[in-house]
Amino acid sequence: MEESFLNSVTLNDQLCTGCTNCIKRCPTQAIRVRNKKAYINKAFCIDCGQCVRTCPYHAKIPTYDSMSVIDNYKYTVALPAPSFYGQFNNLEDVNIILTALKKIGFDDVYEVSAAAEMVSAMSREYIQQNKDKRPFISTACPSVVKLIQVRFPNLVEHMLPFKAPIEIAAESARKEAVQKTGLPSEQIGIIFISPCPAKHTAIHAPIGNKKSNVDAVIAIKEVYPKILPFMKEVQNSPEDLMISGKIGISWGASGGEAGGQLIDSYLAADGIENVINVLEDLEDQKFTQLEFIELNACSGGCVGGVLQVENPYVAKAKLKRLRKYLPVALNHYDGGDYTDALWDTKVEYQDVFKLGSDINESLKLMNEVETIASRLPGLDCGTCGAPTCKALAEDVVRGIAQENDCIYILRENIHKLSDDLGKLYDSKKK
Amino acid sequence: MNNQICWNYIITNEDFTRAGEASSDVKKKLRQMGVSPDVIRKVTIAMYEGEINMVIHAEGGVIDVEVSPDKVLMVLKDKGPGIADIEKAMTAGYSTANENIRSLGFGAGMGLPNMKKYSDEMKVETVIGEGTTVTMAINI
Repeated sequence: MEESFLNSVTLNDQLCTGCTNCIKRCPTQAIRVRNKKAYINKAFCIDCGQCVRTCPYHAKIPTYDSMSVIDNYKYTVALPAPSFYGQFNNLEDVNIILTALKKIGFDDVYEVSAAAEMVSAMSREYIQQNKDKRPFISTACPSVVKLIQVRFPNLVEHMLPFKAPIEIAAESARKEAVQKTGLPSEQIGIIFISPCPAKHTAIHAPIGNKKSNVDAVIAIKEVYPKILPFMKEVQNSPEDLMISGKIGISWGASGGEAGGQLIDSYLAADGIENVINVLEDLEDQKFTQLEFIELNACSGGCVGGVLQVENPYVAKAKLKRLRKYLPVALNHYDGGDYTDALWDTKVEYQDVFKLGSDINESLKLMNEVETIASRLPGLDCGTCGAPTCKALAEDVVRGIAQENDCIYILRENIHKLSDDLGKLYDSKKK
Repeated sequence: MNNQICWNYIITNEDFTRAGEASSDVKKKLRQMGVSPDVIRKVTIAMYEGEINMVIHAEGGVIDVEVSPDKVLMVLKDKGPGIADIEKAMTAGYSTANENIRSLGFGAGMGLPNMKKYSDEMKVETVIGEGTTVTMAINI
């Protein structure tokens, strides 16, 4: 079945010099340098943002909507990510941010942290009722969900099948807006203020949901300079708009979501390399005692997303300060039916990295890959454009590269050619 | 021509934290070959248990893995002390691991029973004082 893949990091080829820094840092080996430009393979990309962080020339561009998207709707609701609150200096009251958001073009505000508290509460209930499927893996990070879907088939069933807080928030925000204004749904813009481009993919090509309720994803780093002057303006008399507590705010940094489970046997890992190590060990069944596994592709959690302004660890400290005197949670689950909050689509393993279409073909191709790899120097230098010699061997077998792309092989062949020419010249001389 | 692929692993006991690397490597290769997740799980567990046994009891050894279209064959060969009572060793909960090993979390006595549970065919050959060879086959 032909699958069209969406990802939210693109290359600005004017800025790209083909330096090969990014190909080595991509956790799924999705990037290749061809003709001096570093192209991302959409099928392998999980939107983790490592290439954006690594590129010295800022040639890797995260995809998000421009703030002008507000003009496309009659009524807009801003959905700030919890990590947004940690971006500001000397902030004592989250209401200052929420009030200021209504001054920069949004008609209303709905906190994602409020929905996060609901997800925490419903998950606590769900995990109690489904103990046999433990450990459960958090699914709020779209990068992690994509990674598990394409690389960890035996862990797909362990994913917590709840919609991410942004989706729950968007549904509630939209309902409230329709009720408040009487406008049809298409004229209402539900706009997420996001720490990362992965959420952009999550709304346009959702995993686990048929359709997203979010209309647009704008970047925290674009909202930040716009909102600052208005925050100063309203700081002495903000409106009372905050509807979330400690648990909701904590979701913005690593450990917060797990903390919301109110249990002891959990693990929280952040940074895509660490996440991969945890997932590999989890698949090898090394964590049988754990109930909940929180995973974030970005170091520090969402505060470390590529669209953030502040240093992730400073932002995490600010979130800690902000939540200090807040009640534990302001959103509670009353024991009703939570099926609406669950995924509506079954998530299946997608083996995009598979070599052959059946075991016979795979055996043949795997043998070819190993034979070619044994001829390559094993230096993983990246000059051929692939991150490792083994990756080049795979590319050759997949038909998208040649052995001569390796400069060592090319040099050997040139020496051989030069020897042959020399012999030819000698034989002609006689 | 035989359509198969062979991998050879030398299992050392010099660095205990590396125990399990061979079975992890096989898992990644099988995954790339598109082998079903269920088979991958069985192979990973069976080979992991065998690999740990070699490190704990036999000071390492050699593992040969052969993948063909119908099955994954693993031959685990060590030059350790041998197994004194195979029948006892195959019972759940029985272990000859010393206190040191148990304090690290191993030696629960489930290694051989798990290997039998997850493989479709298993053979244990042993000579006291010379070594042990465990052969397991898992159908694809």
